[in-house]
Amino acid sequence: MVTAQLRRVAGSVVDPELRAVTIEELGILRDVRVDPDSGRVVVTITPTYAGCPAMDTIRADIRRALDAAGHPDAEVRTVLSPAWSTDRISEAGRAKLTAAGIAPPGPARGGPGPARSPAGPAGPARSTAGPVALVLSVRCPRCGSPQTEQLSRFGSTACKALWRCRACLEPFEHIKAL
Amino acid sequence: MTGTATATVEQLLCLGDDALVAAQRLAQWCSRAPEMEEDVALANIALDQLGAARLLLSYAGDLEGAGRDEDALAFLRDDRELRNCLLVELPDPDFAHTIAKLLFLAAYQRLHYERLAAGPDERLASIAAKTVKESAYHLDHAMLWTLRLGDGTAESHRRMQAAVDEVWPYTHELFEDDADLRGAWLSIVEPVLAEATLDRPADGWAPTGGRSGQHTEHLSYLLAEMQVLHRAHPGARW
Repeated sequence: MVTAQLRRVAGSVVDPELRAVTIEELGILRDVRVDPDSGRVVVTITPTYAGCPAMDTIRADIRRALDAAGHPDAEVRTVLSPAWSTDRISEAGRAKLTAAGIAPPGPARGGPGPARSPAGPAGPARSTAGPVALVLSVRCPRCGSPQTEQLSRFGSTACKALWRCRACLEPFEHIKAL
Repeated sequence: MTGTATATVEQLLCLGDDALVAAQRLAQWCSRAPEMEEDVALANIALDQLGAARLLLSYAGDLEGAGRDEDALAFLRDDRELRNCLLVELPDPDFAHTIAKLLFLAAYQRLHYERLAAGPDERLASIAAKTVKESAYHLDHAMLWTLRLGDGTAESHRRMQAAVDEVWPYTHELFEDDADLRGAWLSIVEPVLAEATLDRPADGWAPTGGRSGQHTEHLSYLLAEMQVLHRAHPGARW
């Protein structure tokens, strides 16, 4: 099937800021099809964060990969809906992230993930955040210990937070649930 | 405003300009935040705001149909043409002011985007559904700092209280078109101030004018810095 083959090509593009995983594994790739009228390959992707600066590179990399596979005029479209969630990262993607030293996200709950609420987990400040977020520990991707702590909610890219393992003392990055 | 079936250019400019000016203000902390992690955090939040601004201004330009894209709207409008609320253009004499503004803005954006995400305009709803998740992180970040500063040392408490007092009057303008959201906003903000041992200022003076292009003088300086490159070299690209 041609479309499946094209999807493999486009989906094998590596995320420029998370080079351990592909855009297919991250859940950024939404659709690949051939336009019946023009015959052009149309790839649809979605951004992780609205301001993700990697999108231009990802678009260029997709066009380059398809060009190399014999489709020089591919079109890349961007859609916002339904909004990307870390729940879209595949199991294979999670395993690769862990192997690369990046702790994968826990399940997204509509709130800001494992962030501690200043007013307590059920405090009034949480009232608009949807379901109450439980405080789940993030396992160290290096030694597997759950004895970890958050250093900063924000990291080197929009999708990551900075953590530290209290067992092996190594700092590591964690993809925050979104 | 929220009752209309589709978004208006004016509404999108208000939303987009809030995000754009907030992004520029936050980015001014880049390389000078009180600690490295905070430098990264504020830059990330600024990037989220900029991402929202790009989507909203692009939509405003498409809807207007006059051939203006996101860059034309961001870089080629004068202060009188901007529709942002006054809150986001206020300067940051210290870090406490940044946190007070971020707390009030993020709580408002969170509620407003939540409402727009369920609204009838499909394109605006998809933008809001995206940005509301990011606002939740901004709000949490501002809440944690408000507690840390308010319930911190005597000096940090003094500064945080002064910032809250100074910025509070400007929060009324946020609810001129969505008056019913202020109750929900207060139920987010008031408990945080209380836990941070900060006094919730009395309501009184309510400066306004941003939505009709009547800004403080601070916006002109901000725009001068933000727009100079594009105006000097139209169409310049990195």
